[in-house]
Amino acid sequence: MPARVPRTHPYIPNSAPDARSSMLAAIGAQDVGEFYADIPAELRLDRPLRLPAPFTSEARLTAHLEELLSRNTAVPPGRSFLGAGCYRHHVPAVVDEIVNRSEFLTAYAGEPYEDHGRFQALWEYQSLMAELLAVDVVNVPTYDGFQAAATALRMAGRATGRPRLLLVGDIDPDRLSRIHDYVRGVHRVEPVAAEPAAVRAALAGGDVAAVYAQLTDFTGRVDPALPEYVELARAAGALSVVQVNPLSLGVLAPPASFGADLTCGELQPLGIHPSFGGGNAGFIGSADEPHLVAEYPSRLFGLAPTEVPGEYGFGDVAYERTSFALREEGKEWVGTAAALHGIAAGVYLALMGPHGMREIGETVLATTAYARQRLARVPGIELAEPEAVHFADFTLRYRDGHTAAEVSAALLARGLHGGTPAGPHEGRYCVTELHTQADLDHLADALEEIMK
Amino acid sequence: MTDHQATTTETDPRIAPKPALRRFQQARWDEKLVFELGSPGERGVLPPLPEPGVTAAVGAPADRLPAALRRATPPALPELGQQQVLRHYLRLSQENLGADLNVDVGQGTCTMKYSPKVNDTFVRDPRIAALHPAQDPSTVQGVLELAHRLEQLLKEISGMDRVSLQPGAGSAAIWTNVSVIRAHHAARGEGEQRDEIITTAFSHPSNAACAKTAGFKVITLHPDAEGYPDIEALRAAVGPRTAALLITNPEDTGIYNPRIAEFVRIVHEAGGLCAYDQANANGILGITRAREAGFDLCHFNLHKTFSTPHACGGPAAGACAVTAELAPHLPVPTIEFDGERYRLEYDRPESIGKIRPYLGVVPNLVRAYAWIMSLGAEGLREVAETAVLNNNYLLHRVRQIRGVSVPYAKGRPRVEQVRYSWQQLNEDTGLHSEDLGYRAADFGTHYWTSHHPYVVPEPMTLEPTESYSRADLDEYAAILAEVSREAYEDPETVRTAPHRSTVHRIRPEPLDDPAVWSVSWRAYRRKVLGLGDRP
Amino acid sequence: MTGSPIGLVINPVAGLGGRVGLKGSDGDDVQRRALALGAVPEALRRATLTLRQLDGAELLTVAGPMGEDAVRAAGLPARVVHRPPAGAATGAADTRAAVRALVAAGAGLLLFCGGDGTARDVLDALGPSPGVPVLGIPAGVKMHSAVFALHPRAAAEVATAWARGAVRLDSAEVVDRDETALRAGLLSARLYGRLTVPVLPARVQQRKTGSGGPGPSTVAGIAAGLAARVDGDGLLLLGPGSTTHAVATALGATGTSLTGVDLLRLRPGRPPLVQLRDARADQLGDLPSTPWIVLSPIGGQGFLLGRGNQQLTPALLRAVGRDRLLVLATEAKLAALAGRPLLLDTGDPELDDALSGHVRVITGHRSSAVYRLTS
Repeated sequence: MPARVPRTHPYIPNSAPDARSSMLAAIGAQDVGEFYADIPAELRLDRPLRLPAPFTSEARLTAHLEELLSRNTAVPPGRSFLGAGCYRHHVPAVVDEIVNRSEFLTAYAGEPYEDHGRFQALWEYQSLMAELLAVDVVNVPTYDGFQAAATALRMAGRATGRPRLLLVGDIDPDRLSRIHDYVRGVHRVEPVAAEPAAVRAALAGGDVAAVYAQLTDFTGRVDPALPEYVELARAAGALSVVQVNPLSLGVLAPPASFGADLTCGELQPLGIHPSFGGGNAGFIGSADEPHLVAEYPSRLFGLAPTEVPGEYGFGDVAYERTSFALREEGKEWVGTAAALHGIAAGVYLALMGPHGMREIGETVLATTAYARQRLARVPGIELAEPEAVHFADFTLRYRDGHTAAEVSAALLARGLHGGTPAGPHEGRYCVTELHTQADLDHLADALEEIMK
Repeated sequence: MTDHQATTTETDPRIAPKPALRRFQQARWDEKLVFELGSPGERGVLPPLPEPGVTAAVGAPADRLPAALRRATPPALPELGQQQVLRHYLRLSQENLGADLNVDVGQGTCTMKYSPKVNDTFVRDPRIAALHPAQDPSTVQGVLELAHRLEQLLKEISGMDRVSLQPGAGSAAIWTNVSVIRAHHAARGEGEQRDEIITTAFSHPSNAACAKTAGFKVITLHPDAEGYPDIEALRAAVGPRTAALLITNPEDTGIYNPRIAEFVRIVHEAGGLCAYDQANANGILGITRAREAGFDLCHFNLHKTFSTPHACGGPAAGACAVTAELAPHLPVPTIEFDGERYRLEYDRPESIGKIRPYLGVVPNLVRAYAWIMSLGAEGLREVAETAVLNNNYLLHRVRQIRGVSVPYAKGRPRVEQVRYSWQQLNEDTGLHSEDLGYRAADFGTHYWTSHHPYVVPEPMTLEPTESYSRADLDEYAAILAEVSREAYEDPETVRTAPHRSTVHRIRPEPLDDPAVWSVSWRAYRRKVLGLGDRP
Repeated sequence: MTGSPIGLVINPVAGLGGRVGLKGSDGDDVQRRALALGAVPEALRRATLTLRQLDGAELLTVAGPMGEDAVRAAGLPARVVHRPPAGAATGAADTRAAVRALVAAGAGLLLFCGGDGTARDVLDALGPSPGVPVLGIPAGVKMHSAVFALHPRAAAEVATAWARGAVRLDSAEVVDRDETALRAGLLSARLYGRLTVPVLPARVQQRKTGSGGPGPSTVAGIAAGLAARVDGDGLLLLGPGSTTHAVATALGATGTSLTGVDLLRLRPGRPPLVQLRDARADQLGDLPSTPWIVLSPIGGQGFLLGRGNQQLTPALLRAVGRDRLLVLATEAKLAALAGRPLLLDTGDPELDDALSGHVRVITGHRSSAVYRLTS
């Protein structure tokens, strides 16, 4: 019988007994325990960790994960009507090809001399986003759209030195929760109705750092008064911070075009898989004004020459950002966040081009309008805001005592995912370019049955 | 310049063996910017158009919007064919040295370990990638169970009572802990009073930054002459205003602070909490835990210790673990299991609220879970012991290199990484640690110095993790030795490095000049090229 | 590119004292003793090291050992714009004359080779508000001033960057010890003034994703931290040093002294008012209210009390008490101490003991360090 060969763990080459002993000998140590000499005995765990037995082959591990994954349902896009902050859009194959490259996926924080490609790809992302947002400065992505909004508000707070934040209109309660957590103790958050008169009245109290509003709100409604809020903020010496769905900007006006100071939002719609919420990433954009650039906590990559003419180099712009004000309360932090999602969004925008972005925006607008029109004809259903223009998201109201929970459960029983309760008798729906007319008619038919 | 030596000679037709050091050449495509490629009319991908029936029913809805809200001109994005886009980005990817390609031990404190490829296959599966977070819990039981299981694993690994997987990365996890600390003191009526947070100079700077952003005053403890945080300074710093101590151990020097339990006790006696930044946990997995040292909170970086890929700087993932007393303050939702079904619980009145949309960076939770389940308790300990063996082996090799020293705690072993100093070489040759790092790029690797301000002069931080073989470490040490030799014998080659990289030395001045800095192509066209915005 | 030439002046006897155990080289008598003891001039060799690496600018210099010899040794061309009188003793007066001649001839950067004593001569020649940036090639025995490059090659690196227009200008302290006292075994430092120095911008690379953004601008941050601490009215005694001076300026005080102790009156909502500039000890004995004392460590040794601020007498310090003693320093300055404590030597051992221990150092707005202070 042949001698047993050690089953050295494939991820730990030096756990092979020979390697281990030869390295110990080279160092002049008897045992790896010597390297832990500084850890006092009373701090040592005196037993093995109580963990489940591991899967000792890739095949068994895969089988285990397969079992877990088998209890998740990947819904066909035409059967899913879920949105409200995370969207199913088509992810072009080229985007996946690029972001799954080892060179990008496993790189981290090298210099341009090892990682020139990362710097260029992220600078190009900033530049492509800048065209979409009609601004000159876009940051390397932050964690998610919640963080982007929260940081944009803190930036406005530092830039103005004022305490109050006005939040206009219908905002995702989760986003609101994140903003509250992030500005607690520094700013006062005040919700304001989406009406110019309400915004004007709130501003009259003075001391407003920022007016936060949304191009499309949590219900998907395009707010026609948005340019007025921006103007009111400016007149009151506050900054305007406007949330956008970037996928809408081929057809909707970028807020900077009517004077918004800071634009922020969620990057996920631009070529990033939903991944149960793992695809979220945030962006912030602004004009190239030194007093605003100074307030970004994020990295901002810039173009620079090298020692060789005609060679592009990249580096951090204004790295040693300093505050112009003594009231400085700390410039947040910069850390690992969501850079690869930035590269994905860059590839997406490069593929779509100006005409692709216009077309997809028009398709989503038309599909949303069709869905609302069609579903409003279902007896027992009415639109929450029939006159408004919506982009992707919209809300339906149920009459005749049908509850939202009951409707979404009945849809689920028919293999349709949607109608997330927005109130006792209201459900949220979302459509994208992936929904065909037949998909929407199918949803309408199902709702007709349910509402009987 | 060290030019390549010929591997064969004309008179000797035999195949010669490889030289000791690889003759690396980084890809150099001299690639244009994406805006300089393509031509009007080219398309990379075509989105679907509305069907005729849809258009007939609704027309052009944008016409119902006020003019100010309709985009007047399309964004000035480049117009490229699909293969052109692919080729451009593939070239950029080749001009990038991912951890999969090099012996990536030079990004010390970042724990650049192998991220197993099999784990990527799970997250690309539509049963993860296509899941919408608002799906009914009955349709996502697998992913909820996975996340719940990962929480249980991390509870045992940390010794704490409850885990949140919501933070998007390490610094977001520090923020989460700071927010929990704030909520804890506020709930006890001491929120106003306890407004000071203590940290150390060798802890990650995000500890101080998060505390400050949350409105705390920050007190920094500097290292004593042996590199340990000054315990007498801690005694002098604590008091009724102390909210918490945020501390790393081992610190970024790789030195384990043996008096850590005493640090924790001093802070507890003053009524403060202690949060353990476990960014450097890789070398102590299964050896010692936050619980044993008495901590109230800790966090892990799943992209460091638990192998998820660094992705050019994220998406990453962070995990916060706390005692039962602090658990009510953790973010919502929590994942609850009733013995049959997993569900999300939002009704937690003492919670700090949301840290990130939904549950967290789910793909990285999947990867971290799969990684732990491929190792188990014994495997994790083997990870730790091998990482520490590798670190001390590399230390043994590197300290023999001319011009290198190992400041602090003479003769003491190092745990997960080592902060070295090239001060002697700098004094001898005038070259900086950065110069040597750039030259290392010519050999297909690189290293990082340290955070600013440099406490260790001319620093270099190496962290070999468990992923690399002895031969890999020998190669890395040989590269450093060669670069040191060149610094003494041929300093010009080092001073002007890199030579075999994608680009040459960058002239950074424009990056700090508001008149010309260019964060985007638009800005570059306007400020540097003197052109207006394109229509 | 700046286009301006670089002026070079060497103190040929700098460093003479060190190799033969003398604690400096200032004064003819010391230099004669040093040469008699077999000292070899270091300055020529060190200046040559710098010159060999220098690139990109025209050189102006002084005839003979005060510059020209080193330029020749480095194989470079240079324009001689000043000839010291024959047989000059290459003393302080010669350095000052040479500096004036180099500046008059259009030098845009003044490179001098020497030690703290030479730095003082340069300062004297340029006057109280120097415009021409200055960079020291370290060759002296004492180099506590912040105007020196770390070593000769580093001086070349900075000067070359200056010629490319790739530096920013900052102000740096000129510190020197009292030589007579030193040779008598007493250590005593004094701040003489400030010179403008070229500084390499923090190298833009090596900026890891994981690193924190830099803190608030240091001086403004420290000023805000101080303002929060001493809010209200009352008196404040401001110690010497560029940190305290800059912080007072950031708070809006005008006319504070760089090298002396000033008495300021705090005014709520308004900048502090300088009541007494360069106060003497006897003027501080009977103040109407207990003042704050604001200090910053001076020079490279980390001295907080007893060097250059002896006006703050033990009696005064005792009366003010430890709680009203405020210490300012940047994090970088503390880091540069490499774990060594802050020092005090008030001349009163009992007071030294009472003040020793750990002090809260204001390092920025809402930022501080706790650092060891000992005698």
